[in-house]
Formats: sequence, C-alpha cells, structure tokens
Amino acid sequence: MVEVRSAAATNVRQNLAFYGAVALLVALYLVYNMLHPRGFSAAVLIQNSNESVAIVFLAMAQTVPVLLGGLDLSVGAIMTLANCIASEVVHGSPLQIVLGMILTLASGTAFGLVNGLIVVYGRLQPIIATLATGAVAVGLALFIRPVPGGNVDDDISWALTNDLYEFVATYGFFNADAAWFQPVAWIPVPLLIVVVIAFGVWLPFKRTVTGRTIYAVGSAEGAAYMSGLPINRAKIAAFTLAGFFAACAGLYLAIQTSSGNADITQAGAYTLNSIAAVVVGGTSLLGGVGGAIGSLVGALILRVISFYFRIVSIDPLLQPLVEGLVLLVAVSLGAFRTLRVKNQLNLFR
Amino acid sequence: MPNDNPIVQLTGVSKHFSGTRALEGVDFSCSPGTIHGILGENGAGKSTLIKILSGVLQPDAGTVQVGGKTVRFSTPEQAVASGIVCIFQELSLVPDLSVADNIFIAAPPRKFGLIDRRAQHRRAEELLARIKCEDVDPNSLVRELSLSRRQMVEIAKALGKNPKVLILDEATSALTSRDVETVYGLLADLRADGVASLFISHRMHEIDKLCDMLSVFRNGQHIETFAKGAHSEGEIVKLMIGREVTAHYPPKPAPTPKPDYLKIEKLAWEGQLKGIDLSIGKGEIVGLGGLDGQGQKELLLGLFGVLRGLQGEVAILDRACRPSSPAEAKGDAMRIALVPEDRKTEGLMLAMSIADNLLAASFGRITDGPFINGEKARQAVTEGIAKLQIKVASPDDIVSTLSGGNQQKVVIAKWLMTDPDLILLNDPTRGIDVGTKQEIYKLIRELADRGKTILLYSSDYAELIGCCDRVAVMYDGEIVAKLSGDAITEEAIVAASLNVGTQAHVTASGAHHG
Repeated sequence: MVEVRSAAATNVRQNLAFYGAVALLVALYLVYNMLHPRGFSAAVLIQNSNESVAIVFLAMAQTVPVLLGGLDLSVGAIMTLANCIASEVVHGSPLQIVLGMILTLASGTAFGLVNGLIVVYGRLQPIIATLATGAVAVGLALFIRPVPGGNVDDDISWALTNDLYEFVATYGFFNADAAWFQPVAWIPVPLLIVVVIAFGVWLPFKRTVTGRTIYAVGSAEGAAYMSGLPINRAKIAAFTLAGFFAACAGLYLAIQTSSGNADITQAGAYTLNSIAAVVVGGTSLLGGVGGAIGSLVGALILRVISFYFRIVSIDPLLQPLVEGLVLLVAVSLGAFRTLRVKNQLNLFR
Repeated sequence: MPNDNPIVQLTGVSKHFSGTRALEGVDFSCSPGTIHGILGENGAGKSTLIKILSGVLQPDAGTVQVGGKTVRFSTPEQAVASGIVCIFQELSLVPDLSVADNIFIAAPPRKFGLIDRRAQHRRAEELLARIKCEDVDPNSLVRELSLSRRQMVEIAKALGKNPKVLILDEATSALTSRDVETVYGLLADLRADGVASLFISHRMHEIDKLCDMLSVFRNGQHIETFAKGAHSEGEIVKLMIGREVTAHYPPKPAPTPKPDYLKIEKLAWEGQLKGIDLSIGKGEIVGLGGLDGQGQKELLLGLFGVLRGLQGEVAILDRACRPSSPAEAKGDAMRIALVPEDRKTEGLMLAMSIADNLLAASFGRITDGPFINGEKARQAVTEGIAKLQIKVASPDDIVSTLSGGNQQKVVIAKWLMTDPDLILLNDPTRGIDVGTKQEIYKLIRELADRGKTILLYSSDYAELIGCCDRVAVMYDGEIVAKLSGDAITEEAIVAASLNVGTQAHVTASGAHHG
C-alpha cells in the first residue's frame, strides 16, 4: 500500500503541470455549467464536445514534434487537406464511406511521413520544412476544393455528432431504448472518438521504443545517440503520427460541417492554437517533457475559456486578449525551472 | 601471461583530427578476467582509444579485433552487440526519462511489442540492488538524482547490457566513497565472471588497488603495458611525461613580492569547489593546473559571475567582488575579463563578422547615446586587429572563416578592448598552432608587466611551467599544491595532479607564498 502511495506521489510530483491543467479544466468547466442557463445538460455537453474535437486532435498532432524539440507548422494545413479530401469521398454505400474515411486518414498520415522524411533526410529544421509543406498542403486542398462545399453522408454526420443513443438508433445496431443501454446512452460520440484515439493510439505508442526515443531525443539528443537509439526512425514516426492526428481533425471537421473548405486563414489559426494548447497542457517547447493527453486537456481549457464569452456579458472583442493573458500565465508557471539553475551558462544549453 | 587469448586486440590503430594526431599506430590488447588500467595525461589519446572501441569514432588505419574477429563499428549499438559496453565520462543518460527507462533505454523488455513496464521496473530494481542502490526509485526521473546517483544509474545501465568488455572512463570521479567501494566489489565480481574491464582513472591509488595490468599512453602512442607492481609510482609518472618542451617562452622576471590584488578565501560551490584559498598579486601570472574537470573551469566561471550560490569570500584590493553576472563583472567596478574554454560556443558568435565579435563586449565605449558610432567602432576594430596582429582580409568577414589561432586572437582582443585589470584565461591555447601560441605567451607576459593580474588555466603542463610566476594545482575541487619559482616542474605538477606524493611534497614548499 505504502509503495503504491509513494509511486502515486512520485507520479504527481513528476507531472505537476499536467495535473494542474486537469484541475484547471475541471474547475473552469464546472463553473461554466453553473453559470450556463442550461448547465449540466446533455445538449450543452454534446455541443461543446463537437466544437472541441478538431482542436483537440490538432493539439495532439502538434505534441509529437514538440516532444522532439521541433514545431510542426503544417498540422492546420494537413487538417484542411484532409477536410477537403473527406468532403469528396465520405459518401455512398457504407463500404464506400468506410473506405473514404480510411483514405482520408491515410492521406494525412502519408503527408506527415513526407514531412518526417524531409526533416531527416533533407536535414532541414522542422519549423521551416513544415512551413513549406504546409503551404503545399493548403495548395492541394484548394486544388481539390476551389470553393467550399462538398458532399458528406448525412447519416454519418448525424450519428457521429450526437450522443450514443442517436448513433445506435441511426444505424439500428440494437434497440436503442433497451434498459441496459440507458446509463451510457447520453455520452456524446465525439467525446468517445477522442478518448478512443487518444488512449488507443497515443498511450500504446508512448510505450514503444520509438515513442520513448522521441522523448530521449527531445531531452538530450547526444545521450540518445550514445545509447544507440533509433533517432531517425523516431523523428519520421513523430511527424507521421502528427499527420495522422491532423487527419483525424480534418475528417471530423468534414463530418461535423458536412462540407470541406480550403480556408487558409483557418489553417493558420488552428496551427497557432495547437501550439498554445500544447504549452498549456504542460509539454515543454524544448522537448522531452509532456504528452498528447496533456495537450488534449490544454486544448479543452482553451475551448472552455472561449465558451465563457457566450454566457458572460463580456464584449466578444475581448476574447483574444483574455486568451492571450491566460496563455501568458500558463507559460510563466513553467519558467520557475530557471530559478533553480546554479550555473547560469546551463540556461542556454 | 594473460595476453595469450585477448578479448580485444588493436593493431596499428591511428586516428587524426584535422591535422593533429590523436592516436598513432597503437597496438593494445586486454584479456578476459582482468582489470586493465589506462594512464596518460590530458590529450594522451585515452578518450580517442575508448571512442574507437565503443563505436563512436572509426580509426583511420589499423584493425580492431574482438574475440579474434576483426570488427569495424560504425555506431555505439554495434559495439554493444559485440559485448563492448562503455560508461562514458559525459553521462549518456536522458534527464527527462525515469531511471528504469534509462537503464533499458535501447532494449527494454517487451510484451506484445510494447514496453513491459512492470518487467522493466522489476529488472531495474534487481540491477540497482546489485550495485547497492536500493534507495534509488526506478520511477524517479534522472534529473532529480544527484550526480553520484546518476553515475551509479549509468553503471546499472551498462550492467544491463551484459558486457564482455566494460570500459569505465573516469566512472568513479563523481561517486561518493561508499559507492566507490561498491564499484570495486562489482569489478572484482565481474573479473571472476571473466569480464575484461578497462579502467581509466586519474586517481593513482584507485588504479593501484584495482588493476591487474597497466598501460601508459602519451601523445597518442601506446608507451608500455606492464603488470601492476612492475613500476613504482615515480616511474609511472616519468613514463607519462617523457617529452621535451618545444615552445619558446618569454623570459620571466625575477620574482618580486607583489601586493595582493585578488584574494579568494574558502570559495565553495555545489560540491565542485571545496574551499579554494588563493591570492594573486598585481602584475602576477598565476597558473591553474591539474587534470581536466577538477574544478578549474568552475573557479573561473565563479569569479566571472556565472555561478549562483557561491560561498566564501572574493575581494579585489580588499573590496568585495561578487559579480552576479558577466555584465557586472566586466563593468567599471571590477574590470574582469574571461576568455572562455570553448571559443566556438562561449567565445564567439560564429556566424557574425570579425568586427562585430571584437566589439561584442565593449559596446559601451563606441556608442553615442543609444547609437553605435561607426567611426569609433572602425577605429576600435582596427586597433584590436593591429594589437594582436590578427590576420584578416577584411574585418567584415565572417569570423568562422578564420583559422583556429586567429579566432582565439579575436576572442582575446575582444576582451582586451574592455581594458580589464583581472584577466581570466581558460585554456587559451588549446587547439591552435605553435606560432600563435608563442604570440599569446608573449602577450600574456606583456599584460602582466603592465600591471594586469592574470589567472591562467592550462591543460598543457609545459605552458604552466613556461608562463607562470606561480602555479596552483587543483584536484577534486581543491588546491592541492602551490608551486613557485624553480619548484614549478613537470614532475611536481603531474604528481600533484594525480594527488600522489612522489617528489611533490618537497617541492610544494612554495605553498607558503600565497
């Protein structure tokens, strides 16, 4: 027992930033529901989840290159590309829909792989390589969809953006009114998708040697090399995984809006917000510390803050200002580390 | 003798780095079930030898055989696969990962392709128990551990790879005495299991206690291998020196008593400086000797305001001198300059022009209000270049286009431009040509003659002998010998550096001076 407790204490101490973010999110969301006229209702939860999925996936995408010590400026663009591809292919027979979704995710993943190959074998810095490939991705998206629109299957749109009850009822898997199903019927499908991908993809990946190498490279690349770790493989995998998560975001956006839109401004804004979410979620921009689950929480925090503007009578024009202040506070908490450094030269290493 | 069936054998191995030789035609072998000590001065080629064995560097010529088979490692992984495991001097641990993650970093136990954390945790505990580090929690992050504990984790990591040849490069330097005993016991166990250990250490008594065989290296060459006890300590020190002084040094003035300028008392920092007492007179050149990493660098950084949490007293002319940053240290109140160890990262901004680099520390002198006065800047640059005779085509060239010697001159000129009274030099002649070295020696003497106070750390003993009025030799964060006048000999410095008492005690009479 004592051992379990001390292991838990170690875990909390090592992940203070993460648990702090979780506590902040819980507090913010509770207060939000109290202030909301229809607070604590399924409708509010579903709406909020729908509006959060894309940025959550994008924040997770950004996390992986950041853990390496780099930045991926193309995640928003890959999301936009996937969004446009999905708006062309996610319709028709159920088999066609599934194939269309796989094709969408595969294209985003492939684009991430190309990013990784360019960074490793082109020996470019991630930030500039992805700035260029991001522009390419938006260009491709515009080519696929010069004007907003498209055709996404209505049933899947409806089923994936509501609660589990509607999901089951739409496709008639079983009687959605069955008594045993009721305790979970209220859960929003978007929330479930995020949880399944986050815990089903990220957590196992973190436990592979490749995943751990990403942390090692971000923390001390020299030590990683001296330990004989597969550095190139880890870098390529990091960008590939980022591409996959970004494609998840794009696919969901298409399903949610029933359309595709090659919006350059939106791609850029999403990319910058993903960086903010990563930082708020406790991942260090220097690399080596943090994780995608933290970024998930960070993205939700940023979203909840923006929800407040709908129910509190503040001028919505103040929204960017408040978000900026929150970000500053969050980031300065991370700067306490520098107070402990004894050799000031080490601050620059 | 044990050499009948060597586990590792090097034949004619050479390695050159841009013109300088690090190893030259080295033949070396070691046998299973022995502990083999490797001795040599700074730059004797020990590190290069280890790096070749462990796959970090590839030899230019010669062959490496492991267990009778010729091998050529191009990465550290390949060396580990052949059973050669090295515990590096610069730790190879990843600070943000846990102890267990680090121990099994390259080949963790796996279940269904994923890392089996439970098994990893258990095996980490077993390994830590084997080196009596039960108090280290496998879940704690490496960056939370003390230096000594980190070093023990490094040893556990090496053990986890089941080595046939274990290389310990100064692996005991950071350990507490209790841990050192544990490592001794471990090495004896490994010897009984038939593992060959290569043991590099600067602590003579350790080598004496542990090793069966000793090899001495000097100037990149293998000098001799012999069984322990075949030579006395004094003879070993002679084997390690054995070279002539080739450079020419400016004549030293007759020693005259000089009033104290800088006075250091009981200076301590983070276990790396353990109570330094030293006084330097105005116009005096004092050398800092000793092997690399005994606290010399920290002493210079501490005086220059880089370290936080210093304890003890430092005074210039009886006024307390404790700058909180280099900016304060170079200011008018203290007038300190530091020529740093690594000119490529700390001395120069490599991508900027020669002129910008020269002016970097003394913008205060060439500005009118907030603006840089172009005419004053040009004049200052011209003077700086002329004073040190830096060979440049144009001051606007990028500084990285210069040769190493001229780059170093730029660093020195940059600091002289601030007109300092106390000049700290951290190995200023490392890696530069003989001609430039002699110019720098001459310059240092001229500066002293003009009343500047100089503290010079050098890894080259000959330089300390040739340049310095007095020499303080450091060992493990302390000054173990102060030599002056004729007592500054290579033997005395080497003996003091190893902290062994050959002739050092006799000649260290100069210690009373400061």
